[in-house]
Amino acid sequence: MEIYEGSLDIKMIFGKWLDEESHSNYGAFIPFVGTIRDEDGIDGLSFDIYEPILQKWFDGWVTKAKRQGAIVKMAHSRGDVAIHTSSYISAVFSPKRRIALELIDEFVEDFKANAPIWKYDLKNGKRIYAQERSTPMMGAGVLQ
Amino acid sequence: MIQVEFLGPIEHSDMQVEASSLEQLSTILKQNPIIAPWLDKSAVAINDEMVFRVDTLLKDGDRVSILPPVCGG
Repeated sequence: MEIYEGSLDIKMIFGKWLDEESHSNYGAFIPFVGTIRDEDGIDGLSFDIYEPILQKWFDGWVTKAKRQGAIVKMAHSRGDVAIHTSSYISAVFSPKRRIALELIDEFVEDFKANAPIWKYDLKNGKRIYAQERSTPMMGAGVLQ
Repeated sequence: MIQVEFLGPIEHSDMQVEASSLEQLSTILKQNPIIAPWLDKSAVAINDEMVFRVDTLLKDGDRVSILPPVCGG
């Protein structure tokens, strides 16, 4: 898992990941790229990350992938990220395509629901919490 | 004494409180007008481990994190 300040250099990171696994004998590599769209008048997005729990969440997925002979990788931005650039990429490497295709789907969906990352719209010089697009994490409400 | 930290968009500085369970902590936090509206939609971790039961006990020196709704990507 990799955290970068600002936009991701996705060509560099994917290149690095491919180099890392170039001799690992994986038959399938499925990447996912999240790109910030120009919508609702935003200049970009901004992110807070709580890294200790994000790392544990990610480690759980590393273990789950390993049981299927696969590996997962991800990179995410911290701080401000401009429109038309990327804040999140991930990938699955696996011996065969079916496992990778299924894992990337589950991994990205669980990421959206349970990774401790908070998103803000950058608009007119303000940083506005994206409350309506945010999801309570598993177990939310224990203190209510 | 335990430390409580509020992550992401919850605009509140860390607190030091006396509480021996999450139930007691809940009672304390509900009295704070900035924090109370977040409680029904926030998850909780103790020393960076997610917890799911309000009867979870706390001990001196524990660090409790309040995690509001997330949206990575």
